[in-house]
Amino acid sequence: MSIPLSHYLVLAAIIFTIGVFGIFLNRKNVIIILMSIELILLAININFVSFSAYLGDLAGQVFAMFILTVAAAEAAIGLAIVVVYFRNRGSIEVEDINLMKG
Amino acid sequence: MSLELFVFYVLAGVAVGAAAMVISSRNPVHSVLFLILTFFNAAGLFVLIGAEFLGMVLVVVYVGAVAVLFMFVVMMLDINFVRMREGMLQYLPVGALVGLILLVELGLVFGTWALVEDVTPAFPAPAPDQVPNTRALGQLLYTDYIYLFQAAGVILLVAIIGAITLTLRERKGVLRQDIGRQVARDRAATVELRKVKVGSGIQ
Repeated sequence: MSIPLSHYLVLAAIIFTIGVFGIFLNRKNVIIILMSIELILLAININFVSFSAYLGDLAGQVFAMFILTVAAAEAAIGLAIVVVYFRNRGSIEVEDINLMKG
Repeated sequence: MSLELFVFYVLAGVAVGAAAMVISSRNPVHSVLFLILTFFNAAGLFVLIGAEFLGMVLVVVYVGAVAVLFMFVVMMLDINFVRMREGMLQYLPVGALVGLILLVELGLVFGTWALVEDVTPAFPAPAPDQVPNTRALGQLLYTDYIYLFQAAGVILLVAIIGAITLTLRERKGVLRQDIGRQVARDRAATVELRKVKVGSGIQ
């Protein structure tokens, strides 16, 4: 393959860092935090798929598919919780989420 | 520069730029749209590396389902997004610091790792010109990974039931048809027979 593996690894590292940075940057907005988590999972998937392709081992791609499944389920549940919370409190700011005094 | 490398740089550049716009865009609707762009470019990268089935799944699952879900939630909730952006600059330095440290650490990891000499793949990928990627993945998924595949189905089922039970609500003051109650009604509970005296009527 003409593209070195390191290119894909660097790309995944950059997207992962952007995701983590997004969580810090949008500390108030739950929806953007969920999107940042999706970005992080995408970076992990890129790592899995690139290693799978370069080592000639299909297990990595199977694993990436399971990550995709879990990510979809997580997004659905997370957004459902956001909707319910907005109904009850009229706001989704992270700082307002202190009902359990955690 | 070969054509493959050029395509990689275009896709990767757009993906990184769109990812940066996801977290910095003013309007959450734009954030969702940039997220879709990121996923499209990642799908292109997957196709480029030879994992075309995962690339298509990424488009179907993420762009078709997850991103649309985000879009619905962003548009349905009436949120004051301007207030939410207050104090963003306050978090910028610590976020940048953590991100920088993370990037350096990832660079150290990726810069120094080395492959073992005689590594043998657990599930060797067949040559793409003989067995297509989709078929090879299916042959693996439905045989060696069948239990994990079923477990993934159970996870999705739990997600469906969880999301529905969380968001389903009974509204007060709305007339709804309750089929169970309708069927359970019997004659004794609804009809009353009375003897009425002639000329006196009934209250």
